[in-house]
Amino acid sequence: MVPVECYFVLSALLFFIGVYGFVTRRNLIAMLVSIELVLNAVDLNFAAFNRLLFPGEFEGFFMTLFSIGVSAAESAVAIAIIINVYRNFHSDQVNSIENMKY
Amino acid sequence: MDYSQFFNMIPEAGLMAALVIVFLADLILKGEKKHTTLSLLTGLLLVAQIAVCFTAEPAEAFAGLYTATAAAQVMKVILTAGAFIVVVMAQSWLEQKDVQNKEGEFYELIISTLLGMYMMISSGHFLMFFLGLEMASVPMACLVAFDKFKKESAEGAAKFVLTATFSSGVMLYGISFIYGACGTLYFDDVMAQITATPLTIMGLVFFFSGLGFKISLVPFHFWTADTYQGAPTAVTGYLSVVSKGAAAFALMTILTKVFAPMVEYWEMLMYIVIVLTITIANLFALRQTELKRFMAFSSISQAGYIMLAAVGNGAMGLPALMYYVLIYVAANMAVFTIINVVETRGKGNTEMSVFDGFYTTNPKLSFLMTLALFSLAGIPPFAGMFCKFFVFMAAAEQGSNIAYAVVFLALINTVPSLYYYLKIVKCMYINKTDAPLAPFKSDCATRTALALCTAGVLLFGVCSCVYGWLVAATAM
Repeated sequence: MVPVECYFVLSALLFFIGVYGFVTRRNLIAMLVSIELVLNAVDLNFAAFNRLLFPGEFEGFFMTLFSIGVSAAESAVAIAIIINVYRNFHSDQVNSIENMKY
Repeated sequence: MDYSQFFNMIPEAGLMAALVIVFLADLILKGEKKHTTLSLLTGLLLVAQIAVCFTAEPAEAFAGLYTATAAAQVMKVILTAGAFIVVVMAQSWLEQKDVQNKEGEFYELIISTLLGMYMMISSGHFLMFFLGLEMASVPMACLVAFDKFKKESAEGAAKFVLTATFSSGVMLYGISFIYGACGTLYFDDVMAQITATPLTIMGLVFFFSGLGFKISLVPFHFWTADTYQGAPTAVTGYLSVVSKGAAAFALMTILTKVFAPMVEYWEMLMYIVIVLTITIANLFALRQTELKRFMAFSSISQAGYIMLAAVGNGAMGLPALMYYVLIYVAANMAVFTIINVVETRGKGNTEMSVFDGFYTTNPKLSFLMTLALFSLAGIPPFAGMFCKFFVFMAAAEQGSNIAYAVVFLALINTVPSLYYYLKIVKCMYINKTDAPLAPFKSDCATRTALALCTAGVLLFGVCSCVYGWLVAATAM
C-alpha cells in the first residue's frame, strides 16, 4: 500500500502549484483553474487521511464530497462573473481591469 | 431519516420559510404594486425573524453538527437587525430603473447569505461551518456584481469571488491537517484531542489565513477596498457590517473553543495581525478621497478592533465582540444610508468632494452623518466609545505585558482615525464650494433606516441593559 506520506507530498505539491498559479497568472480563467488545483489538493488530503489513517469512518469522505459540490457552485458563480467582466471590459486579463486604484 | 430534527433549528427553519415566501411572491406578484408589496413583505418577514431569534433557546440538532449556543442566538438577532436595515436603506437604490426588475433577487440573495451566516455561527462541526461560510460568500459575490452594467461592480465582484474561493481553499487545507491529526471534525472532539504538533500548527495557520481573508485582516485585505468601492452601496454596507460581524464571531468561537489547547500559538499570531491591521488600515484611510473606499479602510481597522476582543480569551471577550458588532451595525449603517441616498439623488458618484458644503443645503442629514462618524471614531458619549472601551477591557484582561502593549498601540491608533473621520465632517461643515449638492427630501425608507441607526448610536451607549443582556446571554 502506498504510504500516507506520499499522498501528503502530492497534495502539498498540488496546493502550492495552485497558490503559485493564483499569484502569477494574469488571466481570470487561469486564476480560477489554479483555485481548483488548491481545492483538489484539499479533496485528496481528506480522502487519503480517511482511507489510510482512519479506515472505517466516513467523515473525510463526506467532507470531500461536499467540497467538490461546493467548489462546483463556486466556479459556476465565478465564471458568470468573469463573463460579466468580459462584457464590460472586453478582456479577461487582470491588467486591463484596473479601474480602481489607491 | 428523522426530519423532526429540523424543529430544533427554529431560526434557520424560519429564515428558510422566509426565503421560499419571498421567492414565490417575486414569481407571482406583477404590475404596479409589486415593488411596495415585495419590499414590505421582506421587511415584515425579517422583523418576524428578529422576534423568532430573540425567543430562540439554545439548541442542538443532527448529533451535534448544529450547536446553537445562547450567544449564537443573540448574535443572530444582531445580524438579522443589520440585514433588515440594509433592506430598508436599499429602497432608494432599488427604485432606480436599471435594478428595478431585479428587486426580488436582491432580497433572496440577502436572505440566503443571512441563512449561511446563521449556520456558520451555530455550527458544531467543521463541515457545517464550511457549508455556512460558503453559503454566506457565494451569494454575496452575486450581490457585489448586482450592478451588471457598471464596470466597477464587475471588477469588484471578480476580485471578491476569486479571493473568496481561494481563501476557502486555503481554509479547507488547514482543516484537512486538523482532520489528519485528530481523526474527527466535531468541535468538541477536536478540542479534546488536539495538541500542538507541527501538523496542527500548520493547520491552525492555514485556517486562520482563510478566515482572515473573510474578515479582511491585514495581510489578507487586498480585495477589500476594490470590492467595497465597486459594490452597490447597500451591499457594501451589508458586507462591511453583517458579513464581517458573523465571520468575526465564528473565528472567535472557534479559536477560543476548538483551538483552546493551542492558545499560546494563536495568541501571538493575533497580536501581530491586529496591530498590523489597525495601523496599516489607518494609514491607508488617511489618503482616500473616495468615500466608499475610505469606508473600506475604516472597516478594516474596525475589524482589527473587533478581533482585539478575542485575544483576552476571557469571559469578557464574547460579549465585548458582540457589543462592538451591534454598535458598529448602527453607526456604519447610518453612514452607508447617507452615502446611498446622496449617491442616488446626487450625481451618482461618491467622491468626498460631493459632500463639500453639504451642511448649507442638507443640514439634517449632515448632522446625522456627524453623529455616526463621531460614534465610529469613539467620541463619548456616543456608543462607539463604550464598545471600544469594552474591547480594550477584554484584551487587557489577559494581563500579560504584550497584551497591554497591543491595547496601547490600538489606543494610539484611535488618534489618526479621529483625524480621518473628522475630515468628512470638515467637508460638510467648513469646505466652501460653488455648487453644493442641491437640497433634497429623502424618502420614507431612508428616514426609517436613519432613525433606527441614530437611535442605536445614541441609546445603546447610554442603556447599560444592552450590554447586560449580552453578558447574560454569553454566560449561559
